[in-house]
Amino acid sequence: MCNNIYTPYLMQIEDIIEETSDARTFRLKFKNPDDAEKFSFKAGQFGEYSVFGEGESTFCIASSPTRKEYIECTFRKAGRVTNALANLEIGDTVGFRGPYGNTFPIEEWEGKNLLYIAGGIALPPMRCVIWNTIDLREKYKDITIVYGARSVADLVYKHELKVWEEMPDIKLITTVDPGGQTPDWKGEIGFVPMVLEKAAPSSENTIAILCGPPVMIKFTMPVLKKLGFQDKDIFTTLENRMKCGFGKCGRCNVGKVFVCKDGPVFTNEQLLTMPQEY
Amino acid sequence: MNSIVSRAKELLENKSVQVIVGFEAGPTGKARPAFVTYPSKTDILIFDERCVQNLAVYLTKKEVKQFGKIGIVATLPIMRSIMMLISEQQVFAENIEILGVSTEGKYLDIADIQVMQGYIEKCDLSNPSNDQETLAMLNKMSMQEKFDYWQNELSTCIKCYACRQACPMCYCTRCAVECNQPQWIPVQANTHGNMEWHILRAMHLAGRCISCGECGRACPVNIPCHLLTMQLADQAHKYFNVYAGTSEKMSSVLSTYEPNDKESFIL
Amino acid sequence: METTHKIIRKHSLEKLYVTLLENRKIYAPVKQADNLIGYQYNPAFSEVTFDHLQSTLSVKNVVFPKVENLFYYTNNKTDSTVKGIDLEKFPEVVLWGAHPCDTAAYDVLRSIFCWDIKDEFFAARLEKLVVIGLACHKSDALCFCTSVGLSPDSSKGSDILLVPLNNGDYKAEIITEKGSRIVAESPEIFENYGDETVNVTVVEQKFDHKQLTSKLSNAFEHPFWLANSLRCIGCGACAYVCPTCACFDIQDETRGKNGKRYRSWDSCGFGLFTLHTSGHNPREVQSQRWRQRILHKFSYMPERNESLGCVGCGRCSRACPVDMNIAEQLQALQSI
Repeated sequence: MCNNIYTPYLMQIEDIIEETSDARTFRLKFKNPDDAEKFSFKAGQFGEYSVFGEGESTFCIASSPTRKEYIECTFRKAGRVTNALANLEIGDTVGFRGPYGNTFPIEEWEGKNLLYIAGGIALPPMRCVIWNTIDLREKYKDITIVYGARSVADLVYKHELKVWEEMPDIKLITTVDPGGQTPDWKGEIGFVPMVLEKAAPSSENTIAILCGPPVMIKFTMPVLKKLGFQDKDIFTTLENRMKCGFGKCGRCNVGKVFVCKDGPVFTNEQLLTMPQEY
Repeated sequence: MNSIVSRAKELLENKSVQVIVGFEAGPTGKARPAFVTYPSKTDILIFDERCVQNLAVYLTKKEVKQFGKIGIVATLPIMRSIMMLISEQQVFAENIEILGVSTEGKYLDIADIQVMQGYIEKCDLSNPSNDQETLAMLNKMSMQEKFDYWQNELSTCIKCYACRQACPMCYCTRCAVECNQPQWIPVQANTHGNMEWHILRAMHLAGRCISCGECGRACPVNIPCHLLTMQLADQAHKYFNVYAGTSEKMSSVLSTYEPNDKESFIL
Repeated sequence: METTHKIIRKHSLEKLYVTLLENRKIYAPVKQADNLIGYQYNPAFSEVTFDHLQSTLSVKNVVFPKVENLFYYTNNKTDSTVKGIDLEKFPEVVLWGAHPCDTAAYDVLRSIFCWDIKDEFFAARLEKLVVIGLACHKSDALCFCTSVGLSPDSSKGSDILLVPLNNGDYKAEIITEKGSRIVAESPEIFENYGDETVNVTVVEQKFDHKQLTSKLSNAFEHPFWLANSLRCIGCGACAYVCPTCACFDIQDETRGKNGKRYRSWDSCGFGLFTLHTSGHNPREVQSQRWRQRILHKFSYMPERNESLGCVGCGRCSRACPVDMNIAEQLQALQSI
């Protein structure tokens, strides 16, 4: 077999978790043990997941690199490929190419506080780095996670939110948009930027990692600035449309920056130098 | 073409329109679309035999619509396109001013859509004569010969979609070829997929094509794809006795059903 | 290697052509029935044109076909399989009579496909390609090779460059090892070059590309883009005829359980090119897409890939249904 850079690894769906009405998580195992042996990645990297006959879709690897036996991805049913993925069952084959892109510089963050802020389906790209840093807990100071969704039903990783909540050395703040709460909802009610402003975490020796829909980013950024965060200490991931994943197909570029090669992880300092084309 | 220039200047000066869509001469001698927003710049407007593009394509373009009310230099095919766009509610008559040009290239004073309709009704609306000749030749061919002719022509298609983009009637923001659930037409430019694309395009224009020939002119590899839609324009006239773009209240022949419709075309 | 100069007599060209055809495929320009110039595989020598200004399509398809199969798959739910493509089986091809703009374009494509990770399909096809270029004795108002650092007799990208001589013969510049091997196969065809005068056209320089690139680094927000792209109708003609445009799409096509994944030409001018599934589109309107086209070639590529993304062939301007004349725009951009 003559494999090339476009040929995916064959993966088997080992487990499926229905996260919300339209989002699910796959746990994927390499079919070929040699591939599993050779494969390694770092937090923040992404891959191209394929259903043969439908095409490929880009998402971050949502599991932590510290857990080597599998990779996980979480996606929302939206387009052609994700709809096809949504119809697969345990045991089915999925193609995977990767890992691609840069990584969260977690070594540089050692000795600092970490503030994770995510909205809706944007927790998955952050879950990898969250678990990665939790697994290396002693290297970091305070870890705070602020996570919001439209409604309780739209929160992904509900089982893990419980785990994080129970961890004594993790501060978790969950919130849902007004009207999205259930009678037994114990978390906050309000949009992520407001909840963040109220919680007012210190920017002292802290890295903020921010992922969410454009509107959330737009209103959260000023709050972070108000809290005293510097642009170089705010990290986010860009999600431009991609085909190849390695800087050839010409689709994801923002100015001369390739999101697939130079990203997906960027600091706000970097984003400010780039044209507004993402 | 003094009248076009003076009318354009007048419309811009009294702010009846915010932009004039017309023709200018490019540096290599080709005529090309021009967008004039200042009265002082109207002198660049020209009209001569090089000005054949169907400017109505710009009436649905977001960046052009943003100017506000549009004044448009309109020959017969452009007028018919405007009529079609009005009947399909893509353009509103009150948002455009017509700077008419007759088939002889003379300035026409078109006060409103009713005047335009009157003018269109007086014109010969059949396909251009040279295209009619080619169509007559093709119609004499056997089914197999016709198939071979088109297969050969369409094999060179590179799917750049210039035919679609140049057509004022192809205004969909998401074309059927771009709908991928399911994928109706193969994305790749192979002979089979190319044929499917051109058949789909022709069928979507059946009874809507106003025979301007712009699709064929736009094609960078000279595929006479305008013959496909012109053939259907002919058929629409033959079976339904209508020419597209003759009334602002026209309903589409293929999506309107009437008890007295002839059904002879159904196998 | 050092370039050597030889002469091929007009009457010897056919011999060279036939010799090459014995064990290779030849891709050469012919005049088609519709009077356009197009390249074909293995045309009879009598059909090959030496007199054309330019082919309608570029010759990038030799190394970047409009459809390239990437692998085959069988979709069997729990045990789907994939089967790769044997790159060794790509044929050896001689590209015959391509003009210097087209041959130089291979260097540009290489800077796109082979920066960082190497694209094996492109690299394997280029490896199997021998380029016999043909200097231009004709040009028109839309040619601008001299503005992008090339010339009508530039040998960039050629293994052998044929330069027309006033007497009807050709000077053969032997540029690479691949070229020398061709000479070694039929040494009798290549005679010694004296000082015969060449018949090469003159292309007027329209702008200074270095100055342009530095100008463009701050031009992203300039009103130029909207004002000069209103007439662009957003088709892909410019990108598809362009010898250096390399953007592609990846798609699957299945019959029953079996299918293939392929890549095919795409264009940044299309509205759906950057559309996210969410509905958000970073380049929503045509002026943004036109800006991307120009900036990619004249700003991003020089800064990122150390290669200008344009060879000045002027094809885009010839193919454009609405006379988007790129050289005219670049000239104007130089002085914004």
